[in-house]
Amino acid sequence: MEAFTRLTGAILALPEENIDTDQIIPARFLTATRFEGLGEHVFADWRLDGNGAPRQDCPMNEPRAENSSILVAGRNFGCGSSREHAPYALMDFGFRVVISSEIADIFRNNALNIGLLSIVVPQSLHARLLELDGQEISVDLEACTLSVPGAGGDETFSFPMDGFARHCLLRGMDRLDFLLSNETAIKQHEERL
Amino acid sequence: MPSPEAPQTLFEKLWRAHEVRAEEGDVPAILYIDLHLVHEVTSPQGFDVLRARGIPVRQPSRTLATLDHSTPTSPPDASGRLHYVTEQAQLQVEMLERNCEAFGIELQGWGSRHRGIVHVMGPEIGATQPGMTVVCGDSHTSTHGAFGALAFGIGTTEVGYVLATQCLLQRKPRTMRIHFDGALGPGVSAKDMALHTISTIGVDGGTGHVIEYAGEAVRSLDMEGRMTLCNMTIEAGARAGMIAADEVTVEYLRGRERSPDGPAFEAAAERWLTFRSDPGAVFDREISIDATRIQPTITWGTDPGMSSTLNGVLPAADTAGIERALQYMGLEAGHPLSGHPIDVVFIGSCTNGRIADLRAAAAIMAGRKVAPTVRALVVPGSVAVKNQAESEGLHRVFIEAGAEWREPGCSMCLAMNGDTVPPGKTAVSTSNRNFEGRQGTGARTMLASPSTAAACAIAGKLVDPRHIGDSAGGA
Ligand code: SF4
Repeated sequence: MEAFTRLTGAILALPEENIDTDQIIPARFLTATRFEGLGEHVFADWRLDGNGAPRQDCPMNEPRAENSSILVAGRNFGCGSSREHAPYALMDFGFRVVISSEIADIFRNNALNIGLLSIVVPQSLHARLLELDGQEISVDLEACTLSVPGAGGDETFSFPMDGFARHCLLRGMDRLDFLLSNETAIKQHEERL
Repeated sequence: MPSPEAPQTLFEKLWRAHEVRAEEGDVPAILYIDLHLVHEVTSPQGFDVLRARGIPVRQPSRTLATLDHSTPTSPPDASGRLHYVTEQAQLQVEMLERNCEAFGIELQGWGSRHRGIVHVMGPEIGATQPGMTVVCGDSHTSTHGAFGALAFGIGTTEVGYVLATQCLLQRKPRTMRIHFDGALGPGVSAKDMALHTISTIGVDGGTGHVIEYAGEAVRSLDMEGRMTLCNMTIEAGARAGMIAADEVTVEYLRGRERSPDGPAFEAAAERWLTFRSDPGAVFDREISIDATRIQPTITWGTDPGMSSTLNGVLPAADTAGIERALQYMGLEAGHPLSGHPIDVVFIGSCTNGRIADLRAAAAIMAGRKVAPTVRALVVPGSVAVKNQAESEGLHRVFIEAGAEWREPGCSMCLAMNGDTVPPGKTAVSTSNRNFEGRQGTGARTMLASPSTAAACAIAGKLVDPRHIGDSAGGA
C-alpha cells in the first residue's frame, strides 16, 4: 500500500446520495482477476449512454475529472456490495481521497485497507465542499485537517480518523504484517477451540 | 466496560468469545474467524497475497468455497459444455478451482450436489452454526446471522488476511435491537418484514451497527425466513444481522452434513441455545415495529428503502433522489402501484432462492399461466434446492405455468453471468438490490417476496399476492 501524508488537489463533486458500489463499478466488470486497470470502467453507466458514447452531463467525463484527486460525494457513499473493485477503480482513475458526510462501513474499510483515504465530515462542511467543485483543497493526514478556501483565505477543519488506519496509511503499512506478528495469540486462541 | 456478570447481548457474547486480542487504544481488536466462505469473484487477489508471500491457507478446514456468481444457469449443451457469458468469466471460475486445489480447500464445484449461492450452500450443509464468526468476501454474509452467528461481509484484501491468519482486525460495532411486536398477517412474508424495516430505518439506518432481530414475528419464522431477514440487513447499512438460536434453529441443523452426530449433537445444541441476549442486556439503540401492520411490500425506486405496499401510491417527487428514481423507473409520482405493467420476473438469489421460497412461489403459480408479456425465471439457490424442488414436483408447476426452470447460481440478481434484464424493462425480483443497472444496464428492478413476484408474473402487472385469485390472468 502506498503511503499517504498530505495532498493538495482539486475536488470533483458527485452530490447524489446513496451512491452504491454497483454504480461505481457495474457487476459485468467483476470477472477481472486483477484489480489493475479498473479505472477505465469506473462509473461506466453514468459516463456512457446505451450506445457507449460519453454522456455530456456527467462530471466524470469533463477533462478536469482525470486531474481531480479528491472525490466529494453525497451522503452514504459506497453502500451496497462489498466489492473491493469499487475503491480500486476510484484509485485507478486517479482519486486518492473520498469525502462524504457518511460512508458505508464495508466500503470505508476496503478503501482504508488499500490506501484510499476516506474521510467523514459533518454536514455543514460537507455541503460547503460540494460547492467547491473544481477547486483545490489540502488534506493533511498527519494533522487530520482539511484546508478549505474561504472568503478571508484558507480555513482549517479537523476530521476524525481511526488511529490505526491513520498509522497504517502514513507508513504505507500492510495490516497483514501486523496480524502475522500476533501468531502466538492466534495459536493460543486455536488451542482453546 | 460492563463487568462479566452484567447482562450481555448476543453480539457481545460472540465478540468476546472470538477476541484473540481485545481492542487497545488505537489498535483494533483481532477477531478469530470460525468459518470463511469463498466464491470466485472476490477471492483471486486474496490468494495472490498468499502466493506473493509464500504462505499457506492457515485453516483449510475452516474455509469452504463454491461457484455461484459467474456461472451460467443454462444447462450444459449436448456435448457437456457449459456456456459462460465470457471467456473471462470461465477463467475466473477455473482460477478458484485451481486455487482450491493448490491450497487444499473444499470446493462445492461442478458436480457437487451442494454447489450453489454461497449463502444458500453454507447453511444447507450445516457449516454455519450458532455461536460462530462467519465471513465471506460478500456483503450478504449477514444471512448467516439467522443462526445466532456473527456474520459479515469483507473486502478482498481482508479475504487475504483471513486466508493467511484466520483473523481480522475489527472495531467493535454498536448494537441495535429491532423488536417485532405481534404476528405477521396471512400472505405476509419475511421479505415484506425486511423491506418494511429498511424503509422504516433508512438505507443507512444501520450504519456502524449490528442488528439483532427479536419478537414474536421473528420467532415464528422458519430458518429460510430468518435468513431472508438477516440477508437484507446490509441493505439498511448494518454490519450484520442476527437472530438468537432456538428450537427452530436446532431442528434445522439436525442431520445436516456438517452438523455433529448423536450425543455430540445434543451437547452442541445445548451450547447453541446459550447464544442469546440476556434479559436486561443493553443495546445502543432499540426500535419497535408493529408486525401486524406489515403488508406485502415492493420497491418502486432505486434503493431498497424506496418501497410501498402493493396497494399504495407512488410518492410525490419532492426530492432530487425521488425524482431521479421515478424517472429511471419510468413511474409517475402519485400514481397507484397496482396495475403497473411488468416484463420480467426473477425468483431466486441468496435472499429468496431456498426451498421454502420456491414452495411459496409454486403455490401461487400452480394451475395458472405466466402472462404472455412476461419472461419468468425461477433459479434455485443450490443444486440441493433444485433437487428437493424437483422431488416435490415444483419444477413442473413452474414449467407448466410457462416459467423457465434454471440451473442454480446468482443469475439475474447481479447479472454478471449473462442473465440480464433488458434496458428499460421492468422486473419484479425476489433478490435484494434495485440499484440502477443492478440487473443489467438500464434495467428497472422492483424487489418483492416470492409470492408477490409469482403473482405479478401471472397478472403481467403489479398485484397484491393476496388478490391473485380475482386478478386478470388468474385461474
Ligand atoms: S444472489 Fe445476489 S446478493 Fe446473493 S451472493 Fe449472489 S450476487 Fe450476491
